[in-house]
Amino acid sequence: MSTATAIVKPVMPERHFLNDNYGIRSWLLTKDHKRIAILYLFSITVFFLVGGVFASLIRLHLLTPNGELFEADTYNKLFTMHGVNMVFFFLIPSVPAVLGNFLVPIMVGTKDLAFPKINLLSWYLYIAGGTFSMAAMVSGGVDSGWTFYAPLSSGYLKTHVIMLAVGVIIAGFSSIFTGLNFIVTVHRMRAPGMTWGKLPLFVWSNYAASLIMILGTPVIAITLILLALERGFHIGIFDPKLGGDPVLFQHMFWFYSHPAVYIMILPGMGVISEIVPCFSRKRIFGYSFVAFSSIAIAVFGFVVWAHHMFVAGISVYSALVFSLLSYAVAIPSAVKVFNWTATMYKGSIEMSTPMLYAMAFIGLFTIGGLTGLFLAALGLDIHIHDTYFVIAHFHYVMVGGMVTAYLGGLHFWWPKITGRMYPEAPAKLAALITFIGFNLTFFPQFILGYMGMPRRYWAYPPEFQVLNVLSSAGASVLAVGFLLPLLYFAWSLKYGEIAGDNPWQATGLEWETSSPPPTHNFHHIPIVTKDPYAYGEDAEVTVVH
Amino acid sequence: MSTSQTTTTEHHPALAHQFDSMEQQQDASTFGMWVFLLTEIMMFGGLFTAYLIYRLKYYPAFVAGSTSISVSWGFANTLVLIASSFTMAMTVWAAQNGKRKMQVWLLLATMVLGAAFLGVKAKEYYDKWDECHIPGHVIGKGFNAWGGCSATDKSLGNIAEEIRDPKKHGNPNVPEGAAEQIAKQTEIFFSFYFAMTGLHAFHMVIGLGLLAWLTWRAKSGEFGPAYYTPIELGGLYWHFVDIVWIFLFPLLYLISRHQHGV
Amino acid sequence: MQLNFPIFPEQASSMAGQVDALYLFLVLITTFFSLLIAILILYFAIKYRRTPERQAEQIHGSTLLEIVWSVIPLGISMVIFVWGAVIYYHMERSPSNPLEVYGVGKQWMWKFQHPGGQREINTLHVPMGRDVKVTMISQDVIHSFFVPAFRVKQDVLPNRYVFTWFKATQPGTYHLFCSQYCGTKHSGMVGQVVVMTPEDYANWLASGKAEGSLASLGEKAFQQYGCTTCHRPDSGARGPNLEGLYGRPVRLTDNRVVLADDNYIRESILEPNAKVVSGFQSIMPTFRGVVSEDEIIAISEYIKHLAPQEANPLNNRTSPTQIRDSEVPNIQDQNKQQNQQQPAQQTPQGKRPVNPSGKKP
Repeated sequence: MSTATAIVKPVMPERHFLNDNYGIRSWLLTKDHKRIAILYLFSITVFFLVGGVFASLIRLHLLTPNGELFEADTYNKLFTMHGVNMVFFFLIPSVPAVLGNFLVPIMVGTKDLAFPKINLLSWYLYIAGGTFSMAAMVSGGVDSGWTFYAPLSSGYLKTHVIMLAVGVIIAGFSSIFTGLNFIVTVHRMRAPGMTWGKLPLFVWSNYAASLIMILGTPVIAITLILLALERGFHIGIFDPKLGGDPVLFQHMFWFYSHPAVYIMILPGMGVISEIVPCFSRKRIFGYSFVAFSSIAIAVFGFVVWAHHMFVAGISVYSALVFSLLSYAVAIPSAVKVFNWTATMYKGSIEMSTPMLYAMAFIGLFTIGGLTGLFLAALGLDIHIHDTYFVIAHFHYVMVGGMVTAYLGGLHFWWPKITGRMYPEAPAKLAALITFIGFNLTFFPQFILGYMGMPRRYWAYPPEFQVLNVLSSAGASVLAVGFLLPLLYFAWSLKYGEIAGDNPWQATGLEWETSSPPPTHNFHHIPIVTKDPYAYGEDAEVTVVH
Repeated sequence: MSTSQTTTTEHHPALAHQFDSMEQQQDASTFGMWVFLLTEIMMFGGLFTAYLIYRLKYYPAFVAGSTSISVSWGFANTLVLIASSFTMAMTVWAAQNGKRKMQVWLLLATMVLGAAFLGVKAKEYYDKWDECHIPGHVIGKGFNAWGGCSATDKSLGNIAEEIRDPKKHGNPNVPEGAAEQIAKQTEIFFSFYFAMTGLHAFHMVIGLGLLAWLTWRAKSGEFGPAYYTPIELGGLYWHFVDIVWIFLFPLLYLISRHQHGV
Repeated sequence: MQLNFPIFPEQASSMAGQVDALYLFLVLITTFFSLLIAILILYFAIKYRRTPERQAEQIHGSTLLEIVWSVIPLGISMVIFVWGAVIYYHMERSPSNPLEVYGVGKQWMWKFQHPGGQREINTLHVPMGRDVKVTMISQDVIHSFFVPAFRVKQDVLPNRYVFTWFKATQPGTYHLFCSQYCGTKHSGMVGQVVVMTPEDYANWLASGKAEGSLASLGEKAFQQYGCTTCHRPDSGARGPNLEGLYGRPVRLTDNRVVLADDNYIRESILEPNAKVVSGFQSIMPTFRGVVSEDEIIAISEYIKHLAPQEANPLNNRTSPTQIRDSEVPNIQDQNKQQNQQQPAQQTPQGKRPVNPSGKKP
C-alpha cells in the first residue's frame, strides 16, 4: 500500500495566510481569496442564525392551531424574513462564497481569483445588501413573502418592501461578481497541464452555478427594480388597477428564482463529488457524465420557471411544455446520484464525518428530488401547489441537500482552512442529531401538504395539529444539531489536533500545499499531469514544499 | 509532481500578482468585461421584454406616446453617442500606439459628447415634466395626458388632442372617448420610457466617471503599447452603453411612430 | 388536541380518485428509488468498509450503465408526465352544461353568487352529482380557491375571470382555503363547501331569502346605470343590441373578431373603448369606480339570459380562433338598416361616470 508518509507528527506551517498579516485593515481590505472566504464564513453564519431564529419562532407558533403566540402580521413577517435571509443571504452564497472562494483558485492551480478586488467588492456588496435587509427587519419587518408577488407587494402592503427589495438587489450584484470571477478564473488561469478534463468536479459544479449566477441574477434585479418603481411612484407595471399584469411579475420573478435553486444545489453536489471518492479511496464513477450533468442542469434550469405557475392562469399549452421540460431537468440529477452510489461500490469506505454528511445528502436529496416529480405532474400539482408539500420538498433539497453538503464540505476542508482537525466524536454526534431532527421536522409536512394545509398559514384547522407538533419537535432537535458545530469548530481553533498537509490523503491540488495554505497558495506553481481522483494508482500523494 | 515555472526577473509594474504574464492579464480582463456586459444584456433584456409585452397589449397608446416624444432630439442623441464611440475607439488606437496627448484629448472629447447626450436627455425629461407626462403622482405635477396639465393652455401635453389632430399626424376619425382612453394608457408607455432611458442614463453617468478616471491615468502616461487594458475595457463598456441606446432609440422613438416628423 | 388524525383528505369529487392514484404511483416510485439508494449506500458502506487489507477497485465508469440509468428514469418520467397532463387537461377544460356559480375573492373573504340570486359569504352550497363551474375574480390581490377534498385549486386574479369546476360525489362539508398569500388574514380567508343531495339542494335554494334571481338583479343594475339608454334592440340605438350576444363572435371596428365571453363583457363595462363593435362609435363612458365586481357578475348573468332559447354556445369553445367567418353576424349591416329608418336624438341618462381616479366601492 502506501509508502511511509511523514512519521513525524504534523506541525503548523510557520507562515500561512492567517498569520501573514495582522490587524483589522489587513482583513477588511484584503485581496486574498482565502481571507475573503473567511469573511464570508462569518457573515453567512450570522445570517443563518438570524434565519434560524425566525424558523424556530415559526415552528414554536405552529404548535397550536389558533395562532396564539404571535399576531398574524408578525407571523407573516417571520416567514418572509426567514425566507429572504435563508435564500439570498445564506444558501446562495454559502458554498460558492465560502468554499468556492477558498478552493477554486487552489484547485485550478493559481495564486488567486482573476479579479481579487472585485472579489472583495462582492463581499462588501453582500454586507450592504444584508444591511438593508436587517434595516427592513429592525424597522418593523416586511410581510410580502420572499416571493414579493404583485400586486400585494406593490400596492397593498404597509411595510418596508422597497428597503428589503433593495437589499436583495444589492446582494444579487454580489452574486453576479462572484460568478464572473469564477468563470474567468476557470477559463483563463488554470495551471499548466490542468485541462478541463482534469478539473475537480467541485470546480465544474461551481462553474455551472456561476453561469446561472451571471445570466439569471440580473433578471431578478430588474424585476425588483420595477416592483420598487411601481410601489414608489404608483405606476402600473404589475398592478392591474393601474393597467399592469400581475402574472408578468411571476414570469420575471421565477425566470431567476428557479435557476437560483440550481445555484444553491450545484456547488453542494460539487462538494459531494469530492468527499465520496476520497472516503471510498476510489476515483469517481463516470467523471465526464457528472461534469456534463452540471452543465445540463444549469442549461435546463433556465427553461422550467413556469412550473411554479401551473395554477396561476397560464395557458394549458404553456403548462404542458413546462411540465415536460421539468422532467428533463430531473434526469441529470438522477445521473449524479447513481454515479456517487456507484463510486462507493468496491471502494474502501471510511465513515468519517464528511462521509456521513455526504451519504445523508445522497439519501435526502434523492427523496427531495423525487418529490419534485410530484410537483411537476400537472394534475397532481393542482392539489399540492402552495401547500406544505412544497415546503417539505424544498426543505428536503435545500436543507437535507444543500445545508448537509455545506456542513460536509466545512468538515472536509476545515483542516485545510485552519490547520486543525475538528473533534470527530462530537462531529459524528452532531451529524446524527441533524439527520434525525431534519427528517422529524420535514417528513410530516409532506403528509400535511397532501392533507391540504396551505402555506403561510398563521392559524390552521385543528386536525392538522398532531403533524405540526411532530414537526416542531423535530425542529428543536435540528436546532441542536446545527448549533453543535459552532461550538466544536470554535473549540478546534485552539485545541484541535494539528492536521498537516493532507490528513485525509485526498487527491487535489489543495492537499498538495500546507494547511493552512500560504498567502500565495503554492510555493511553486504546480504542473498537472495526473487525472483528478487518481486514488489507488499513485497511492501516495506527493507533498512539495 | 510539480516543478517551478521560470519567472521573468523583471515584470511590468502594472502586472497584478495573480497573473503570470501581461498577456494573461489582458486576456482575462477583457474576457471578464465581456462576461460583465453579458450580465448587463440580461438586465436590460428583462426590461426590453416587459416593454415589448406591453407594446402588444396597449399598441395604440404606445403609438401615441412614441409620437409625443421628440424624434429630432432622439436622433441628435444617437449621432452624439455614435460620435463618442468613434472617439473612444480612436482612444484605444492612440493608446496602442503610445500617443499620450491624443489619448487624453480623445477621452475628453468622449466625455464632452457623453455629457452632451445627458444634457439633451435632461432637456427631454424637462419637456415631459412640463407636459405632465411623468407617470405616477409622486414626481412632478401628476400624470395628465388629456388636457388638464395647464390651466391656460389646454393643448400642453394633450395627447388626446394630438391623436385626433391631422396637423400633428393624428387621425380625426378616432372618437374623442377613445382618444382620451388611449391618452390615459400612455402612462404605461412613459413608465417604460423613463425606466429604460433612466437605467441607460445611469449607466452613462457611471461611464463618465470611468472615463474621468481613465483620463487622469492617461495623463500621467500610464498607458502605452505594452499596457492599455483599462482603456480597452473602458472602450468595451462605452460601446455597450452606445449599443443599448441603438436599441432604445428605435424601440421608443421610431417603430411605433406612424409618421415621421416631430 | 385532536388525537385521531387522518393522513389523507376525503375523496369527494369525481377527479379526486384519479389524482390520488397518480399520487400513490409517485409515492411508490419515490419509496422504491429512495430505499434502493439508501440501502445501496448503507450496504456498500458496510460491505466495503475500510480495513487494512482492503484495496479499492478503480473503475472509470460504464457508458452502458449511464445510458441505462438515464433512459429508465426518463421513461418513468414520461409516464408520470403524460398521466399528470391527462388529468390536468381534463380538469382545465370547461364542462358542458354546468351549474354556474360566481365567486369574488377579496381581502379577506369569499363572496359567492348563485344564478337564482342567492348570495353567500365564505360558504358555498352545491348539489352533488352535477358539474359545478365556479367563475371567479378578485377585487384586489391574487387569491386562490382551494378545496382539498375535491383536489381543485385555481388562483383568483384581479381584472380577469378564471374558472374551475368540480363534480362533488358525496354530501358533506369540506374545507375551502385561500392558498395564495394575500396579506394579514390570508389564513382567515377560509370557508366551507357544503355538498348536498339534489333534494336538499333544491330545498336550500327555495328557502333562501333571495331578492330575485341573479339575472333579475343584473337587470335592475342594467336599468339603474342607464345602460338601456343606448343598448336597445330598436333601430337608432347608439349601442349594440345585446340580445343573443353572449357566446357569439363579434366583429370589431378594426376587423378583429372576438368572442363575447365573461371577460369581454366585463372589459366592455370597464374599458369600453378597448374593443368597439364594428359600425358603432366609441362613445360609451367607462363605469370603472361606479359598478362593483358583484354587480358586473349580475349584469353579465342578465345579458346571458337575453339569448333566445338556445343552448349556450360558449361551452364548446375554447378560443376565438375556432370561429368560422361565416358565423360572424353582420351587425354593421343590420344597424345601418335600422339607423336609416329612424334616426334618433337622445341623450344618455343615468349615472355619470366618475373621475377615473375615484375609489372603487
